[in-house]
Amino acid sequence: METPEVRRTISNTRRSDVYAVLGAGASSIALTTVLFTQLAPFDAILGFVVVSYVLFLGIYMLLVSLDEAPPIVRDRLAAAVVHSLAFLMLVGLVVVVGYTFFRGRQALVHLNFYYEDMGLAGPLQPLSVGGVKHAIVGTLEQIAISLIITMPLGILGAVFLSEVPGPFSRFVRIIVEAMTALPSIVAGLFIFAMVILGLGMDKSGLAAGMALSVMMLPIIIRAADVVIRLVPGTLREAALALGASQWRTIWHVVLPTARSGITTAVILGTARGIGETSPVLLTAGFAQTLNANPLSGAQTSLPLYTFQMVRTGEPGLIARAFGAAAVLMVLVLLLFVLARIIGGRAPGQLSRGQRSRRVRASRRDAIRFAARDRARRPDALDTDKVGS
Amino acid sequence: MTSVTITPSTPEGPPDAPRRIRLRRLPSDILFRGIAAAGGTVVLAVMLLVGLFLGVRAVPAVRAVGFGFLTTQDWVPAQLNFGVAGVLVGTVLIALVAISIAVPLATGAALYISEYAPARLQPVLVNLVDLMAAVPSVVYGIWGFFLLQPEILVRGELGDGLPRFLTTYLGWIPLFRVDGYDPRDPAASATALTSSTFVAGIIVSMMVTPIIASVMREVFSQAPLGEREGAFALGATKWGMIRSVVLPFGRGGMIGGTMLGLGRALGETIGVFLIISMVFVVQPHILQTGGGSIAALIALRYSDDAGIALAALMAAGLVLFAMTLIVNFGAGIIISRSRSGASSEV
Repeated sequence: METPEVRRTISNTRRSDVYAVLGAGASSIALTTVLFTQLAPFDAILGFVVVSYVLFLGIYMLLVSLDEAPPIVRDRLAAAVVHSLAFLMLVGLVVVVGYTFFRGRQALVHLNFYYEDMGLAGPLQPLSVGGVKHAIVGTLEQIAISLIITMPLGILGAVFLSEVPGPFSRFVRIIVEAMTALPSIVAGLFIFAMVILGLGMDKSGLAAGMALSVMMLPIIIRAADVVIRLVPGTLREAALALGASQWRTIWHVVLPTARSGITTAVILGTARGIGETSPVLLTAGFAQTLNANPLSGAQTSLPLYTFQMVRTGEPGLIARAFGAAAVLMVLVLLLFVLARIIGGRAPGQLSRGQRSRRVRASRRDAIRFAARDRARRPDALDTDKVGS
Repeated sequence: MTSVTITPSTPEGPPDAPRRIRLRRLPSDILFRGIAAAGGTVVLAVMLLVGLFLGVRAVPAVRAVGFGFLTTQDWVPAQLNFGVAGVLVGTVLIALVAISIAVPLATGAALYISEYAPARLQPVLVNLVDLMAAVPSVVYGIWGFFLLQPEILVRGELGDGLPRFLTTYLGWIPLFRVDGYDPRDPAASATALTSSTFVAGIIVSMMVTPIIASVMREVFSQAPLGEREGAFALGATKWGMIRSVVLPFGRGGMIGGTMLGLGRALGETIGVFLIISMVFVVQPHILQTGGGSIAALIALRYSDDAGIALAALMAAGLVLFAMTLIVNFGAGIIISRSRSGASSEV
């Protein structure tokens, strides 16, 4: 029996390393402060950060090189750079998300922001009038339409790609992979030209949903295809060997095994689609009031609302734009958390509820089998111990 | 003693031949395969329709101006004077700025997550990167428009910040020159430095960094344990191990991920649209105000739906589509050919 390989822990942080980092940090900030306040006429914050970072790297290298060999100095330097790049990216994320909520706070504290539309609110109205109800409704309806289109088609497409191999499905796979690069504005342009100009439909929520579908479909197919291919072949073969037909194998073995992964694929595709502005810009029109009917008339969605409000340049409307962006972020975050709760498991790995349901089902089966055996052999000794 | 020799005898009848294996599918299976193939066909039809429709719709525009569509630096469809030369260069420049910022950032983040981060922190960080990729582009756009540009990059009347620094000290490089702006002139207006290709590129880099980072992390984490430990056993430091094992192993994934990010950067619309002030001529100075991108051009002009104008936009969309397609195909080929790419999902 081979035990599976695990990565060894090789932490060897010493106290002097920590001192070197702290010392280099303190002295670089001190030096930069002297440089900026006493010696040179610089004042930009960005410059301060950059100069002190470069100084930090230099001093840190110097400190380490006092008692280490050159390869170790390079190692420490690389570690410092990698850590700071990762930290920079984290800061970027926190700033983007945090800034949106910070600027949106004025709009978000007004409850009417969530249940009124912009029908009565002109550009100069205070934030206590008007809100984004119409945009929330529009977003939810448009994403629902695109889910109705993409979910069956996407899963069917992924099943086709992975379970019905052949030259045709290889060709479809190539095309689908190419289409994941489709710029979202081109998806919008396609629906705009075909449905709105070609078929003469109004700009509407339905058209926006279709544009989002064109964009989301390849993303969902590709992600679901990857997950379905991860289902172990032995499971499929076992089902086929037991005499199941192919579609029963897929319906009862492959899809349930890959369920959490497929759900994640769909939810992450939804998170991408819900925040898209450009396809909606071309296809949904822009309405200031609630239009719950996606089949006719202009309909606003949250990203589109944000975009249009920002373009006005009116401070009151910009605050609303940030509020709408914050609501949109919350929706994306919710979808994300949902994806992580449902999905993120390897194929075949069950949640606690699923596991206990399976245990209960198999216990029921065992009791049923035992009862059947007893009925067949009434004289046999009753030694079955099940259900304990 | 009698010995009996039994000679093997061939049985009567024709000699053995491989049986013909006939796969008889159940009617339900045939139905299932039919449905699946139909689904695949619908998907294929939708995807091909996008390309075909754009192509057919673009024909009038291409017929009107011919090859000049790729060389004209103007956009006045009413006078049949339009071409994508300027916005095409702008698109590429924005994408290149974005990529040159995003790649080091993504490499650092991916290396940190796969090599340096504590094991318990790793899944959290992976989720954070995915979340960053899911932040809507309009959020990055308004962040760039209201925070990055006025507060960090081009501050105040004089436009203090990185672009001014670059053009002051590196202005002798044509790329960083800003025409009609003298950084040493105290009366120079900062507006010469706003709404530039550079600022738009930084915003786009925020959007593509997580995409590149997640591909890179995927391939880095697949670097074989045996080789890692071999490097350590030979006395390598961690960085030595990364340089001699992880980075060479992940090179294909790094290039492929970068190209995937490039494909996204080329097609980015809203973030660019909010920042940039459109010009239709070739604008090689990335710090100077004005620039262009095909996606932003479409978002700006889609409403002039007079025949030829729309056809011209379709043609522009087709050019953009073709460009992203080529980049994406290249990425796919590089990833699948690389050593690490065989099993990585991208």
